[in-house]
This record gives sequence, C-alpha cells and structure tokens, in this order.
Amino acid sequence: MSELDRNAKRSRLSAPSLRRREFIVLGAGALLGARSAEAETPPPPSGRRGQVIVGLSQEPTVFNPLMPGIEVDESVWMNVFNALWNPDPEGNLIPELAAEVPTVENGGISDGGLAWKVRLREGVVWHDGEPFTAEDVKFSLELINSPGFRARTRQGHSLVRDIVVKGPHEISWRMEKAYSPYLALLANTFIVPKHILGKASDPNTAAFNNAPVGTGPFRWSERVAGDHISFVANERYFLPGPYLEKAVFKYIPDLTALYAQFRTGQVDLTIGQGIPANFYEEAVKLPGRKVVANPSGNLEIIMPNLELPALSEKAVRQALYHAINKQAIIDVIYYGLHRPTESFAPKESWAYNPNLPPHSYDIAKANKLLDDAGWKRGARGIRQKNGVPLEFALSTTTGTAIREQCQQLLMQDWQQIGASMKINNMPAAVIWGEFYVRSKFQALLVGTAFRTVTDPDPATRFSSESIPVKGGSGGNYMQYVNPEVDRLLAAGQTSFDRQERTKIYHRLQEIVRDELPILPIFQYAPVEGYKEGLVGFRPNINARQNTWNMSKWYWAR
Amino acid sequence: MGSFLARRVGQAGVLLLIVSIIGFSILHLAPGGPLSQFAATGDMTQEDLDRVARQMGLDRPLPVQYAEWLWRLLQGDWGVSYRDKQPVLRVIGSHLGATLELMLSSTLLAMMIGCWIGVLGAIRRYSVFDTLATVGAMIALSIPTFWFGLVVIYVFSVGLGWLPAGNRYTIGDGSWSDRLHHLIGPCIVLALVSTAVWSRYMRSSMLDVINHDYIRTARSKGIPERRILFQHAVRNALLPMITIAGLHLPTLLSGALVTETVFTWPGMGRLFLDSIGYRDYPTVMGILMFTAMLVLLGSLLADLLYGVADPRIRTA
Repeated sequence: MSELDRNAKRSRLSAPSLRRREFIVLGAGALLGARSAEAETPPPPSGRRGQVIVGLSQEPTVFNPLMPGIEVDESVWMNVFNALWNPDPEGNLIPELAAEVPTVENGGISDGGLAWKVRLREGVVWHDGEPFTAEDVKFSLELINSPGFRARTRQGHSLVRDIVVKGPHEISWRMEKAYSPYLALLANTFIVPKHILGKASDPNTAAFNNAPVGTGPFRWSERVAGDHISFVANERYFLPGPYLEKAVFKYIPDLTALYAQFRTGQVDLTIGQGIPANFYEEAVKLPGRKVVANPSGNLEIIMPNLELPALSEKAVRQALYHAINKQAIIDVIYYGLHRPTESFAPKESWAYNPNLPPHSYDIAKANKLLDDAGWKRGARGIRQKNGVPLEFALSTTTGTAIREQCQQLLMQDWQQIGASMKINNMPAAVIWGEFYVRSKFQALLVGTAFRTVTDPDPATRFSSESIPVKGGSGGNYMQYVNPEVDRLLAAGQTSFDRQERTKIYHRLQEIVRDELPILPIFQYAPVEGYKEGLVGFRPNINARQNTWNMSKWYWAR
Repeated sequence: MGSFLARRVGQAGVLLLIVSIIGFSILHLAPGGPLSQFAATGDMTQEDLDRVARQMGLDRPLPVQYAEWLWRLLQGDWGVSYRDKQPVLRVIGSHLGATLELMLSSTLLAMMIGCWIGVLGAIRRYSVFDTLATVGAMIALSIPTFWFGLVVIYVFSVGLGWLPAGNRYTIGDGSWSDRLHHLIGPCIVLALVSTAVWSRYMRSSMLDVINHDYIRTARSKGIPERRILFQHAVRNALLPMITIAGLHLPTLLSGALVTETVFTWPGMGRLFLDSIGYRDYPTVMGILMFTAMLVLLGSLLADLLYGVADPRIRTA
C-alpha cells in the first residue's frame, strides 16, 4: 500500500515551498540577477560542448507529440520538435517554424478571424536531412483530425477547414468560427514529418513513436526504459544553438532520491516537481547550486460540486472562503512559499486582474453570511437550511501528506462556522477517473490550471457547455452555470484584440471571485535547482517545463 | 518422471488461468483507468478522453476485453504497453537485466553470510554469538527497507561521498567498476534483510540435523568434528534450503519495489509500480502472468532438484 501511495504522490500535480518574504526577495532577485547576469555571463561557446543531466520525477514515455501525454513528455517534444511559434516568459509568441506569427495587423488572420495564412521559415531540415515544408504542417493538422488517430486533443483543430498549401513555405486554412485561443493551442502543437509518419501503416503504432525525428535543437539518441533518455545536438538547427553536445533526461521517481542526487551532483538540474518543500532551507545553502522558486500557472484550489445542495448557494461558498486561513495554510504547511491568489489566472498573465477584492480570514463574517442566508445551527452545531445539512466530503490524492494537513486545517476552521467537512481521499488513478470527470465528488482539493495552454481563455473550465456529466465537452467538473460568464467567454474567444480581451477577462475574474465556483488558495511556485556554471536556464511560466530553452544552455568555463 | 511432469504442467495451466481471471478482474474493477492522468492535467477535453478510450477499445465490456487478451496471449502476443507503446515482453525484458543483477548479487551475498551465521549459531547454540545473531536478525527484519535505504544514501553518498546516491551506472560510463560501485548500496540494503532470513532458516535446519542419530553415530566412530560438521551435518541441513531457494526464484526476477525506487534502479519492481500507477493493463497483466509462471517454475524446479540431491525422495 505504501508503494501505491508513493506512486500517487508522484502523480500529483505540484507541490513545494519557501517563505513568503524570502520568495518575494528571491523573485525580484532572480529577475535582477538574470538581467545583471546577462551582462556578465560568458559568451556561448563557438562549438558544442559538454552535457547536461536533467533530473525528472516522472518518466517521459510518449514521444509522438500529437498523442496523449503529460507535462513531462512535453520536455522531450519541445526539444526534439518545433511548433509554429512558442511563447516566451512574457507571453509573446516567438516564431519558430513560422516566419512570423499571423495577426490581424499583418494580414495573417483576416475575415473576422475565419481565414488564417502562415508563412513558414525556409531552410529548415528534419533530423534525417529532408527539407521541412508546408506539406508537413498540413499533414500534422490533418492527422490530428483523422478518425483513427489517437490524437491528444482536437481542441481548436476541429474547427480547421480547407487547408491549402500555397507553396513550399506558405499554408492557409479557414476556421469554422473565430477562435483566438487557437494561436496558443498551435504553440503547443508540434509539427511531425509527413515523409515518415505519412508512410506508416498505422500512425498510432509507428516505429517513429519510439524513435522520433523532428526539426528541434536536439536529436533523439537512445532510451533506456525506466532510466533515462539521451539526446545529441542537432548540428543543423535553424536557430542559434544548441551549445551542448549532449543532453540526458534522467528519471528518478522518488523526490527524496532526486534531491539526494542533486546534492551529490549526479544530476545537474531538478525541474518540474523539483525540490520538496522540507528540503528548501537546506537546498538554498548548498554550495555550487542555485535554487529558485519559479511560479507556475497551476493553482491550488477547492473545487466544490455546485450540484451538491449544500454547496450550490453562493453565500455558503463565500462563508467557507472567509473561514479559510489561507496564510496559515501557506506559511505553516507550505513553508510560506506560494503566493495567495484571488484569481483563476496566473499573476504573470496579461489577462490577470490585480484589483480583485482581497480575501480576509474572518470567522465572524462567515458566520454572519450563513445566518443571513438562513442556515441555522442544528444538532452537533451543524447548520441546516430547508432540511439540508451543511455537510460535504473533501477529497484529494492519498499519500500527499501536505494536502492531508491542509484538509485538517480546513476541517477545524469550517467547524467554527457550523460546516461539517469529512475527508474522503483516493489514489491518483482513482480520483482523476470517473470520480473527477463525471463530477461524482462533493468537493476536491486540487492543483490545476484554468487557461487554454498559455491563452487566458478558461472556457473549457467555466462554460456551461463544458460540463461532461450534462453532455458537454470540457473540464467544467464543478458544473458552473452562469449566462453572463458564457457570453463573456464567447466574446473572449472571437476577439483577437488584446485590450478588448483583457477587459473581458477582468470582468470574468470579478464574477468568479464573487460567485466562487472555485475557492482559490494559492498559485504554485515549485522549487527548482541547477548547478552553478550552467548559463541560460530561464524559467518560463508559459512553457510546460523549464527545459523549453535547453538549446540556449551552456556551461561557463 | 514423465507423468509427474505432465501432471505438474497441467496443474500449472489451470492455476495460470485462474490467476489471470482474478488479476484481470481486480485490475479492471478498480476505479480509474489509463486515461485518468490526462484528465488531471486538464489539457484534454472530455470529448478527447472519450474518443481515445473508444480508439483503445477501453469502452467494450470486460469479458470481451478479457477474451481478446487471453486469445492473443495463447498465440504468444502479450499485448502492447499503454505507457511504453512497446510490446509487453520487450518492456519486461528491458527491465529484467537490472533486477537480475541486483537480486542475484544480493541473494548470493545473503545466502553465503546467512548460512554461515546460521551454522555457527546452531553449533554454538545460546552462545554470545548466537544471541547477538538472533537479536541482529530480528532488528534487520524489522527495519523498513525504504528507511534503511535512505540512511545508506544519507551516510555513504551525501555524507561521506563514498557511494553514488542511486542509479545503475553513470550515464556515459557504464564500465565494470562503475557498475559495481553503484551496486554496493542497494545490494547491502537488500542483503541485510535476506541475510537475516537465511540465517534463521539455516540455524533451525542445522539444529534439526545435529540431533539426529547418524551424527551421534559419526561422533562415536571417532570422526573428527570438522568432518562431521561439513560432510554430514551441513550437507543435510542444506537440503531444505533448496526448496526455499526455489521458492525464492520469482523474487529474483520480480524485483524489489522499495529498494529499486529509493536507489533509482530501473528494474522490475519499479516497472510494476509505474505500470500500476498508470493503470497500464497489458503490462501489469504481463508482469502478473510472468511472476505466476516463475512461482510455478520455481516450485517445480525445487521438487526436481530435491529429488536429485536426496535419493530417498527421488520420484519414480
């Protein structure tokens, strides 16, 4: 059983920490450090030198970037393949396989968002020497929509019609409806080679899926299953770099063992889940290592099931929210690292609304809210209204000790306002199955994100058309329904104007903050570490993993 | 001999079928499935998840899925791993080497030291050595492996820097000495517990033997104590060890879940954990059948070897 727990622990979304004050200092320091370091950093080597060993707590196993995979698989994809464009830490899309990012201004997107035209970069070759052309892009988009292919997601892609190759380096298509998040979805869609996958009898089982050929900075070298994957530099990469000769992704499933290997220097970096919170204070003092808390787009939230009578009333959720001692959770349980938040959008997003009413821990106010709403204290001090007791179970992944502590704090706080919470935890493979996607939970404590890749559009999480258990498609598992939200979400998707969209998403965040279909606790900032002397490591909240710019890494010597 | 073998193989077939039905049922009746981790990341919509489940055939009734799996297995097709996208047999094969290396070395070490401690404890029963060995064995058996593994890493890798903190070899090196260096830590951790087990078995087996009449006869004939011990006592005391070794065979190849995880050892134990966590049905079923076969093979081998070693129970 302890083995299963261990495994469950591995599959949870995020974790670690650092004290709040230190974090702010570190955050600012890291930024300043990056700036000033750039001035002093040694220039990249002229050739390709050395290797880097990246320690990962999950094993990448999916190498066809169009098939279902998890975040750690993307570490491989973004180094072996390229997308048309890629977001930088500020959220700007930087062209990769495309020569420029299509916009309304440059004419790439026209006809009210229905016509798209992309000019592609010339002189790009696949790792096997074949030239990259618009045919590859057309093939990739069509493969995603082909009926038999186990595509990861058709979100956005299913709107694409009439793909036309207008020349070796120009492609155009039409969209069934205007859909601005498609730009971000394409940044996460890696282009695969037509000359290889096109010939495979079944792309689901092609040999390519275990020996990928891409256009990216690193070429696939070998994989020792259960242990590591190695890559060699792509000498013909079309962008500057890579400067490393070799890169290795080492799989170390136990976070404590991963930290030990980071300490002893057997791995050069530890990213993703990174360094467990309890080692943070020790880790920052390690000689020859740099340890930084890097904000991620994931939020720790309480997700109520809004169809549960006890949780369907806004006043109840507001009262529960007021009775959460957020600061205690962050400081005591999470070593003070993560930043409390009021929004579903990460603070770094251009759509983030900084003017949301701040949360206050106020038991008296919570009690008053419930009194006013007609919830009367009954037997054992538990409130009731119209025969419905204020009772529910809060579930999370078993074995995540840190979340279990959080549950206990919540239980104590909510007891004070006459709300009875029970703990009902399950292993990861169970909780994220039917229980989650068919909305069978009463409330969840979960780390998740509310955006479309890097686009701020949260339609799949908040739209009334995204409730699977009501026949919808999406991830609105709390079953939130609000006509104004639906209207705003639709307007946000059809607009390509950032100012206009910002206004829409600011309003959306106000509504969500008021109605609390999710109770936000904090935004994660996992602790990552690397060896001193490694130049070019740059956290990117808009990338899935901080190996996003591995082509720019090198060792100072 | 021939009919004995045929009977055993027949029994094994029936047992394997039962094991597969129970295993398949438990695995599939447990809530969750191979797609739940994708639901957790939120990147795939429900439509995507349903479509992939359909494409993978996960939406069909369980008996149909079982029948298909069994039919393929009978034809030698163990299926393709959901997690690794490779044939299950190849996935198992790629993890066997690491496990065999670790388990064989630690078992040999444990058997040698354990048997020696057991013999010594038996002939000097209730001596200081015997008492220490007994207490030591109890302590070793009670120490949780994951804790002891972490202590070994903390002391010898992080503190003293003598041993690597896990892995099977240094990536890019992989020389004989490098592999041996990496083997020491996990080998000690695993050997500790099994040494205790072996020493207890050997001690009781030896105690049993030295009270027999033929030992007294040998003594009365004036045979030197050394010869009595090694030619008469130890040889007979080792007989039950054959059975234990035979039953130990599956452990050799199924790996050590905890030690392999703590020491980042890419063996079968880790593969099993990863596959269970992923709900990688074909691989879990493959490992289950593989281990069940080993258990049956191990006990068959033990019976046959017993007959070879002990003429009294040789099967006609």
